[in-house]
Amino acid sequence: MQQQFIDAFKEALEIEGGVQLTDNFRDYDEWDSLARLSLIAMLDDEYGIQIEDAKFEQLKTVGDLIAAVEQAA
Amino acid sequence: MATMNFSRIGISGLAAAVPRNTINNYEYTEHFPAADVKEIVDKTGIKERRFAEAQHCASDFCFAAAEKLLTEKEVDRSEIDLLIFVSQTPDYRMPATSVVLQHRLGLPKSTAAFDINLGCSAFIYGLSTAYAFMQNPGFKKVLLLDGETRSRVYSAKDRKTAFLFGDGGVAALIERDDRFGESFFSLHSDGARENLIKMDAGGYRNPSSPETLREKVVDEHGNIRTDEHGYMNGADVFNFVLREIPKNIRSILEASGSDPADIDYWLFHQANMYMNNYLLKKLKLDSEKVPISLDKFGNTSSVSIPITMVSELQDQLVTRKKLLLSGFGVGMSWASAVLNLDNCHIPDLVEI
Repeated sequence: MQQQFIDAFKEALEIEGGVQLTDNFRDYDEWDSLARLSLIAMLDDEYGIQIEDAKFEQLKTVGDLIAAVEQAA
Repeated sequence: MATMNFSRIGISGLAAAVPRNTINNYEYTEHFPAADVKEIVDKTGIKERRFAEAQHCASDFCFAAAEKLLTEKEVDRSEIDLLIFVSQTPDYRMPATSVVLQHRLGLPKSTAAFDINLGCSAFIYGLSTAYAFMQNPGFKKVLLLDGETRSRVYSAKDRKTAFLFGDGGVAALIERDDRFGESFFSLHSDGARENLIKMDAGGYRNPSSPETLREKVVDEHGNIRTDEHGYMNGADVFNFVLREIPKNIRSILEASGSDPADIDYWLFHQANMYMNNYLLKKLKLDSEKVPISLDKFGNTSSVSIPITMVSELQDQLVTRKKLLLSGFGVGMSWASAVLNLDNCHIPDLVEI
């Protein structure tokens, strides 16, 4: 699950370098409001889920994202 | 809601008018760096938009489109029993713009007229209303006018909305004829999501004041707007579209007894290319059957579906075609329809 998510996440945001569970994903150079749309599409495509903005705002790290996906899926 | 269905009522003519004033979105760089603008424009696919001149309102585009349509089709104006004006950018708070247009267009006092205040779903809501009136044999023709000056609703200093919206108007003539066959409509609303796309002030809940007209920084990205500009939570709008629209499309297909292969053209609200392309992929549609006009006109709210019909399908709708229409946005409000067009007269695009 973790590696599969990280691969899909990197592809969606076009991230070249390494991604760690403890990374604060909003600090990535690639992160912006357009990347957010790519992430929404990826979550729908790969996991069939939506994470509403109010909840998404509370997620800080890549690990938080994975936990939220596991909870929603 | 329950699905509505109608027999032998349809759109016999459709005209559109847009401002001549064309904005090249890549050069819309007064408030943001060119590199940021390029990234936004590349992703949204909105390369050009039309901005109304200061003296023009949404109704002026509808008026120009209606004049063109009624003249080319040689319509007897005394036979127009209902005029509907669909917009969220009317001329005045009162009277209703539809009533002003009744006189401007030289329609008789026997014409019923009212406005419908909805956004991106509104052309389909307006059509369903027109069709419903036409079930009464006393109604010969309905003129459905749908116009927006959405460029004036949003702040040029708010990157979330500054590059998306454009202006224009359409006129559709609805008549009764056997060739139209059966049509189906499905209409929805969810006011729990009123905050996803909204203008907070300027109505009667929060009246206009110097404070509501004051520009302020509204988020950590430094976006600037007033309380009388619209704002949009794009992420949750996308989430909403993914959750509701495929479901709504499946239900209208089922209600109309249509197979996806029966649909000649799928006409979606022109929101932005990224979202529209994702929707197309999710629904596994052939892009040849999904006309796009947002690269030329941007997001024109309720006008975006009919303007796509005019700009992309002018020659195709001469012969019988089955269309699926899907509009979604501010409200939240969404609607879909399956209907036939046959021998639909579409004049060349009008520019004013």
